[in-house]
Amino acid sequence: MPKLTIDDREIEVPSGLTVLQACELAGVEIPRFCYHERLSVAGNCRMCLVEMERAPKPIASCAMPVGEGMVIKTDTPTVHKARKGVMEFLLINHPLDCPICDQGGECDLQDQAMAFGFDRGRYAENKRAVKEKFMGPLIKTIMTRCIQCTRCVRFSTEIAGVEEIGLVNRGEHAEITTLEKAVDSELSGNLVDVCPVGALTSKPYAFTARPWELRKTNSVDVMDAVGSNIRVDTRGREVMRVQPRLHEDINEEWISDKTRHACDGLGRQRIDQPYVRRDGKLVPASWEEAFGAIASKMDGLAGEKMAAIAGDLCDAESMFALKQMMNGLGSENLDCRQDGAKLDASTRAAYIFNSSIAGIEAADAVLLVGTNPRWEAPLINARLRKRFLASGLKIGMIGPQVDLTYQVEYLGAGGETLKDVAEGRSSFSDILKNAERPMIIVGMGALARTDGGAVLALARKLADEFGMVSDDWNGFNVLHTAASRVGGLDLGFLPGEGGRDLESILDGAGKGEIELVYLLGADEIGMNNLGKAFVVYQGHHGDAGAHRADVVLPGAAYTEKNATYVNTEGRVQLGRLAGFPPGDAREDWTIIRALSAQVGEGLPYDNLGQLRQKLIEAHAVFAAIDQVQPGSWTDFGAAGDLEAAPFASPVANFYMTDPISRASDTMAKCTEAFVLGKQEGATGTDG
Amino acid sequence: MQVEMKDQINAVVGRYQTRRSAIMPALALVQESVDRLHGDVLKEVADVLEVPEIWVYEVATFYGMFNTEQVGKFHLQLCTNVSCMLAQAERLLQHLESQLHISKGGTTPDGLFTLSTVECLGSCDTAPVLMVNQDYHENLNEHRIDELLVQLKRQAAT
Amino acid sequence: MLSDKDRIFTNLYGQHDWGIDGARERGIWDDTKSLLALGREEIVEQIKGSGLRGRGGAGFPAGIKWSFMPKESDGRPAYLVVNADESEPGSCKDREIMRNDPHRLLEGCLVAGFAMGAQACYIYIRGEYYLESQRLEAAVEQAYAGGFLGKNACGSGYDYDLYIHRGAGAYICGEETALLESLEGKKGQPRLKPPFPAAVGLYGCPTTVTNVETIAVSPTILRRGPDWFAGFGRQNNAGTKIYSISGHVNKPCNVEESMSIPLKELIEKHAGGVRGGWDNLLAVIPGGSSVPMLPKSICDTVLMDFDALREVKSGLGTAAVIVMDKSTDIVEAIARLSHFYMHESCGQCTPCREGTGWMWRVMTRMVKGEADVDEIDTLLDVTYQVEGHTICALGDAAAWPIQGLIRHFRPEMERRILEYKKSKQAAAE
Repeated sequence: MPKLTIDDREIEVPSGLTVLQACELAGVEIPRFCYHERLSVAGNCRMCLVEMERAPKPIASCAMPVGEGMVIKTDTPTVHKARKGVMEFLLINHPLDCPICDQGGECDLQDQAMAFGFDRGRYAENKRAVKEKFMGPLIKTIMTRCIQCTRCVRFSTEIAGVEEIGLVNRGEHAEITTLEKAVDSELSGNLVDVCPVGALTSKPYAFTARPWELRKTNSVDVMDAVGSNIRVDTRGREVMRVQPRLHEDINEEWISDKTRHACDGLGRQRIDQPYVRRDGKLVPASWEEAFGAIASKMDGLAGEKMAAIAGDLCDAESMFALKQMMNGLGSENLDCRQDGAKLDASTRAAYIFNSSIAGIEAADAVLLVGTNPRWEAPLINARLRKRFLASGLKIGMIGPQVDLTYQVEYLGAGGETLKDVAEGRSSFSDILKNAERPMIIVGMGALARTDGGAVLALARKLADEFGMVSDDWNGFNVLHTAASRVGGLDLGFLPGEGGRDLESILDGAGKGEIELVYLLGADEIGMNNLGKAFVVYQGHHGDAGAHRADVVLPGAAYTEKNATYVNTEGRVQLGRLAGFPPGDAREDWTIIRALSAQVGEGLPYDNLGQLRQKLIEAHAVFAAIDQVQPGSWTDFGAAGDLEAAPFASPVANFYMTDPISRASDTMAKCTEAFVLGKQEGATGTDG
Repeated sequence: MQVEMKDQINAVVGRYQTRRSAIMPALALVQESVDRLHGDVLKEVADVLEVPEIWVYEVATFYGMFNTEQVGKFHLQLCTNVSCMLAQAERLLQHLESQLHISKGGTTPDGLFTLSTVECLGSCDTAPVLMVNQDYHENLNEHRIDELLVQLKRQAAT
Repeated sequence: MLSDKDRIFTNLYGQHDWGIDGARERGIWDDTKSLLALGREEIVEQIKGSGLRGRGGAGFPAGIKWSFMPKESDGRPAYLVVNADESEPGSCKDREIMRNDPHRLLEGCLVAGFAMGAQACYIYIRGEYYLESQRLEAAVEQAYAGGFLGKNACGSGYDYDLYIHRGAGAYICGEETALLESLEGKKGQPRLKPPFPAAVGLYGCPTTVTNVETIAVSPTILRRGPDWFAGFGRQNNAGTKIYSISGHVNKPCNVEESMSIPLKELIEKHAGGVRGGWDNLLAVIPGGSSVPMLPKSICDTVLMDFDALREVKSGLGTAAVIVMDKSTDIVEAIARLSHFYMHESCGQCTPCREGTGWMWRVMTRMVKGEADVDEIDTLLDVTYQVEGHTICALGDAAAWPIQGLIRHFRPEMERRILEYKKSKQAAAE
């Protein structure tokens, strides 16, 4: 642990740090543009120059490794002159765009110019201008503002894994460009965050708000099962944008493009009041009318003729309430697995990402089964890529053949290959056998099929036999696609004694054996399979479910309620209300609570705190906020043969996987640009 | 791209540890047979070398000798850096401009001559110096330049 | 004055055959095996003892530089890279070595590479030197054919490969780490140091980047002994040097002379003297455009070596002597150099990318005098803002000529400014 002196104070720091990082530990602020903790060091902005004893000229602190006995000074005339000089140089060609630049108010250049620059400019010559570049539907470019820090190039190359941005030309003509192609990465939105100036800004958010107008609420994302930490910025009730929030163990400081940009869907296709179907058409109704319609259908209906299906964005509180209500009415026909995945809830270890996302960095071999992590969980893919770049990671893939941005050995398409690997017949079997921390990641592509239980059992057997489970390491991982799934499994939103699962519910509805189906935000099931059943849809967007429903109840989206979500790691996290839901819509558990009073015994809680208390009493895991609780490694999975069909990823279009993203204009543009292969070819000036 | 060119490029790769290192020699080879290093040409080089297109673009635009715009059959590159400037290179530039009826940076309408000013060519003891495509012409004066132009025009006619 | 018997470069003017036969007649490739047999350590010791300092501009002691290479490989190969990207305005010496005496260079590559533990050598030659690269390629072929390079080079048991790589018109690629980047197929943007090339160089492997002249003189030093080489020039400034003399002299030329020769003697004995006589001299840039100029008063007595020139706030650089007589528009000459640096800036770091453009634009106005007198101090301030704050020395190189101009010719700059103002006033009336 080297000891060095910074501004006359001695400090001991871990070895391998740079002087800049040591200064940060010492509480000394060093200005910088090109340096970013998670990117490689460029050292080209020269803003971080500090004085070092015995060095003939100031050193770039972001690049200089810490050495024993170094004496660093950051507050001397030399350093001030260097900083003022660099800042002056940055501003001579930088356009005076602050009044019209979206970065204003959250701009590194503004902040550091105020803190470290001259108070006037001396440049009297011509300023250069740079043509805009096209980077796709998400990134607006005004390249005259670019200060050539190359953070975007490094992010794109290192984190996103797409070599699409470069700095062409030489000298003062140097320009960032993508060769007029959209940046084809599900992490491209983060480029706007890393750009320290207003050169790369958010296109959907352009010219809509100033940062000081926005109220910032810390919350959790539900667009996938990663549970990325986000900050929801609202103005009044409207969600203006979603920003990432630091969580070292989940998403670090990135979020996927869907997480970031689907939020405009929160303002479209909203169910803002109850509806009841009369003469084949949905007509607006009052809460009394809506509840009345449900109550009259439920009156005298046997419990086993009722069923409930929970969707992908449901919070734990509403699922808990609905389960209690349905059980109270005598129904055990509940299922939270609306994709039909043969998940086994007998032990937690059977359905969570046991290694944890951060744990990926300890792995040395990974077997991907039936999953396209790049589109199902971009931040987990980014973590795999991070581990891959640190070298020494071998990855094998069984399932869809896709480009994950890192080298993958493609082993085969389906069950046959899995058997080969499990029984030692594949070259990858040896890799797994010899690995110290091998991992298997099983996706819904392998489980959401009739042989899913058998696949799960085989995966479990493989994990056992290749030493993936020991006292300090569990390499068995299930990669979920839905934010609600693990929560639903944890609180048992599943068929009870004698109850029907999803397949059986749909079968029953078709046959008339199930007469009432309560869809809690469930839009991904085939609505034609509901036969003539009376459908209650409680949700926030007018999607497939509302279209089929007989009664529509307006619920709240994830930014509009205080709610609990459990991510694929089994980590319990709290989402927060950032703005109230529109019109008559309510927090989901309150709707169920109110309905419960009308159709039977009212549920035993009147506020969120009481509900949570009951939830924790019933399922202790919900008390462990932001912790990963392991499960016991018992037997799970089902007997049976594997089918021949290849494992296909359930995500056909990354940008549209749920009611919110389907309602989003931005997601539609992304679909056009990246999935349908059409390019806009616009210059970026059309906002 | 012709197969022979692809083979030449692949042969040069053998001198280096990575395929990327061959981008510069590949562009130099390709430049001899195309109008300019641009668009599809760069894409093809990237494909042959199995590197991202943007890497080839960066190199093609960074180095002064890679012509991303079309040049005439004879690229007249006159050094105007200090040693040649002291030897009256500016006067020779004006002479060339008036003889060819173009200004520096321009190309004659018949596509024969492009006139550029360049940085030090490393032949300062024989200033002023003009590089025509890959050949050096040294110890120049107006008369020698006139002779050179005649010679080049003759060469083009054959 | 150096006598012919002490000249290392015996075909500098190309009177003799540059090919392998001519080379062998001049003693090149003569029992090179015995030079290698001295062993790595001994070779490095002798180079150290000779006092040879890098001939590419920086003047770093060559023997010490070579000793930075790892004594044992950790599995990575090691490389010698020869910097033949000669692009410093005024410098034209390496060109003569490569086109007239290529085998001298190749023998040096083998001996120096061996001493460093390198498995292969790349010669990075500037793209404009097409003829020279052709001759080098031919010489390499001859050397391989004769068994002097390649497997069991010169029968020594040492395998050594050598490749030529052509640049494509970028002065910045003469900077050693930018050169490595260029060799790796990227833009020639200098790397941060540390780490240094001897630790992390070409493809991340231990590498030494050296100038053509430095390498080319090494076999002769070993053959004639380090003491012989150290016998020329003053203490710490040893050996012979090729000077490129251009500008307002009667006979511009390249000449190999002793280090520490007085500048006046150099110009008068070998370049036919200043045009119009010594008293017609205005200023001299003694080491290529990147070093500050010297006014006549200093040129009268200054010696041509690293230390003497540093003492007068200039530098030996590549020993490219640019002579300017009284007919020179000195401000325009420096403005032209400012343009050069702006054009050649790689654009990576802020002070150089923005600063060289600023300096050139102000200098252009200074040529006409279209400025205010206090802008001279602003310009000077800007040069100090660039100097020392950049990743590589190009920023310093861009700043120094302007500092030299202001240091020695400020009155001339002020005169122009006042005249321009006067002429504007007169036109207005």
